[in-house]
Amino acid sequence: MPVRESSANEAQPMLSVRGLKKVYKTDGGEVEAVRNLTFDLRPGELACLVGPSGSGKTTLLKCISGLMAPTEGEVLLDGTRVVGPPKKMAVVFQEYGRSLFPWMRVRENVELPLKNQGMPKAERGRLVDEALEAVGLAHVPRSYPWQLSGGMQQRVAIARAVAYQPEVLLMDEPFAAVDAQTRADLEDLIRTVWKRLGVTVLFVTHDIDESVYLGERVIILSSSPTVIQEDITIDLPADRDQLNTRALPRFTELRHHVYEQIQLAKKGQRPAAAGTR
Amino acid sequence: MLNPGVESGAPRTSRRTVPVQQFLGLAGILGFLLTWELVPRAGIIEARFLPPASDVLGALLRASGLTAFWVSVGETMLAWFLGLLIAVIAAVVLGFLIGSSAFLAKATSSTVEFLRPIPSVALIPLAVLMFGVKIESSLMLIIYASFWQVFIQVLYGVADIDMVANNTAKSYGLGRMARIRYVVFPTALPYLMTGVRLAAAVALILAITAELIIGSPGLGREIALAQSGGAISGMYALVLATGLIGVLINVLMRFIERKALSWHSSVRSEVIV
Amino acid sequence: MTWLKSLAYLVGLPLLLVLIWWGLTLGRPNFFFPAPGLLMETFGEVWFGERIITDVLPSLGRLFAGVAAAIAIGVMAGLLIGSVRWLRSLLEPTLEFFRAVPPPVLVPVLMLLMGINDSMKVAVIISGCIWPVLLNTIEGVRAVDGVLSDSARTYGVAGWARVRYLVLPSASPQIMAGVRQCLSIGLILMVISEMFASSSGLGFTIVQFQRSFAIPEMWSGIIVLGLIGVAMSFIFQWTERRVLRWYHGQKEVENAG
Repeated sequence: MPVRESSANEAQPMLSVRGLKKVYKTDGGEVEAVRNLTFDLRPGELACLVGPSGSGKTTLLKCISGLMAPTEGEVLLDGTRVVGPPKKMAVVFQEYGRSLFPWMRVRENVELPLKNQGMPKAERGRLVDEALEAVGLAHVPRSYPWQLSGGMQQRVAIARAVAYQPEVLLMDEPFAAVDAQTRADLEDLIRTVWKRLGVTVLFVTHDIDESVYLGERVIILSSSPTVIQEDITIDLPADRDQLNTRALPRFTELRHHVYEQIQLAKKGQRPAAAGTR
Repeated sequence: MLNPGVESGAPRTSRRTVPVQQFLGLAGILGFLLTWELVPRAGIIEARFLPPASDVLGALLRASGLTAFWVSVGETMLAWFLGLLIAVIAAVVLGFLIGSSAFLAKATSSTVEFLRPIPSVALIPLAVLMFGVKIESSLMLIIYASFWQVFIQVLYGVADIDMVANNTAKSYGLGRMARIRYVVFPTALPYLMTGVRLAAAVALILAITAELIIGSPGLGREIALAQSGGAISGMYALVLATGLIGVLINVLMRFIERKALSWHSSVRSEVIV
Repeated sequence: MTWLKSLAYLVGLPLLLVLIWWGLTLGRPNFFFPAPGLLMETFGEVWFGERIITDVLPSLGRLFAGVAAAIAIGVMAGLLIGSVRWLRSLLEPTLEFFRAVPPPVLVPVLMLLMGINDSMKVAVIISGCIWPVLLNTIEGVRAVDGVLSDSARTYGVAGWARVRYLVLPSASPQIMAGVRQCLSIGLILMVISEMFASSSGLGFTIVQFQRSFAIPEMWSGIIVLGLIGVAMSFIFQWTERRVLRWYHGQKEVENAG
């Protein structure tokens, strides 16, 4: 697959979150889930979002993906304000069993967003074939999702996102419900797909190792009401693999640092100001 | 710190949600009654064919003061209750017997699949012939229809029994009675309750049907008499009454189901596995 | 030889029952229960002739029309009401009340409003059959999985496409359960409307036999109704198995795990 050309204005961020705030009204009163989140993603960047439990990760993702409206602040996708699910964005959810249509076969699932856009059959077929190939599922197009294992189902969800050719890919703890070995394979798959497509990826996870292994950058969230705890650049080599990269001393340093920050976040300690290291 | 709704992304719940829904429901009923009041008065449908809601409600109120009305209600309820009771007992016994034996299940399968879809109204002529306008006619129809509802559910329930639990119980030396109490019954109970709930609704329908068509004693017969005698508001009032009885039966059944199953789930914790 | 065994299971009990019946009616002719032989003879006489055209087909036609209309209206209205939250809250109690009214009582009501004709009989069927379909559709629409719905939204599946690819298939198990109830109620109402208020049709014919004490003929009528019930059940199960193949497959996998 050819590498996607980045948008004309190199300086303009692909994804821009500005002053995001979300307050829930419940029977018990108002709950401030997210206080103030501001960050930008460059085009083609792979950034990971980590935070303690209850740090509003899913709320943030829903606001960014347009599924939920923030109380204050805005999200900009390639300069355009996000008011509903934007066309150039695809989301991969954690619950793979519930994000795929059980009445459609694998191929039909991957094809649906394209069919919905009115893409002609031949072109659709080509994109679907390539996507299934890219995630290693070329051999099961006619199976139903529930006939596949958890890891394979998540691959289908990823294939669906890939075939859609989005500019931004959001992933909401996609590998949390999958076993460790499968998770390792899927992590590598994401990096491969990301490099091939040149897509901007925001990867939400609670797994610290995963965030350091995958990301070019790790954004650490505080506990609720959420602000950015810290924004770290991951200066590991661009070519990573499970065995060697995780053995690097630098990996351990970074991992250690993120872990520390999260522990502080859990205790409720917050930064004076967010910064990059 | 709790973030309600964050994990599932549920829509924000407002403090006033539940009362609003109930208010809307009430508004719906009132709106319906209002429409019913206005349509005949405006002449869209002739009032002698569809009296306004106020007339009908008035007739219902008057009827509820008459002994004859309550006697009819009683007759319908008697047929309903007796028929349901006999059907449930027969279905539980036969269901357990047949469900627990693979041979019996296979041997009776074709007969069951043939008899089950036969509409009980097909038996009306036979009932008339054999019992005339007595309550037995109603009972024949009610029992036939209700039996199948419960029977099928009991079969499902028996089929659902965890073989592992049953064998474990056997290996611990639990006799047949103990196994029925601790393994078979708790598993089959939810299915049985579903069957009884469905059968209760069916039983009411058949009771009214028998009374309407055959003329056995009860509300259905009163409705037919009212219609042929020209007491139109009275007829609609009785129709409303049957609807209200239907609602009451639904509520009662759901209540019983909940009670039986809450007891059941506390008993379930004693199941030896 | 397993097919022989299956065959034995299939016809074993029925054959036994018929034999018992035949044995009991041997010798002394019973008023209420004709001998099997006589019954079969009568069956052929009564039903294989003009009656098919004058009574059976029209009855079936009305049944089919009523059920089809009930399903169509029920599903469409159910889709609408189920998707609009305030509408559902507004209408649900009233609709539940209508569902609780035993369908047969509507026969005298509709007779009054529409007279005795074909449209009245079809209306009776629709008025009774629509509720299980409508209420089940509403429930099915309401219960669409949240994550699945979010997925569809993020990929821009909205409007009619959303109904076609997401809502309708998701609600189809519920809808089919409603259709099953609809079919049995429809048959009952078809028979009742003809027994109560008609001068033609299956129900009427059978009642006539009973009134004129033509017992074997009456029984043959009962059997015809039974056969129709069985045929409808068969067709429904076949359709349900195909439409909900994905659902049964998914349940199997879930139960095994």
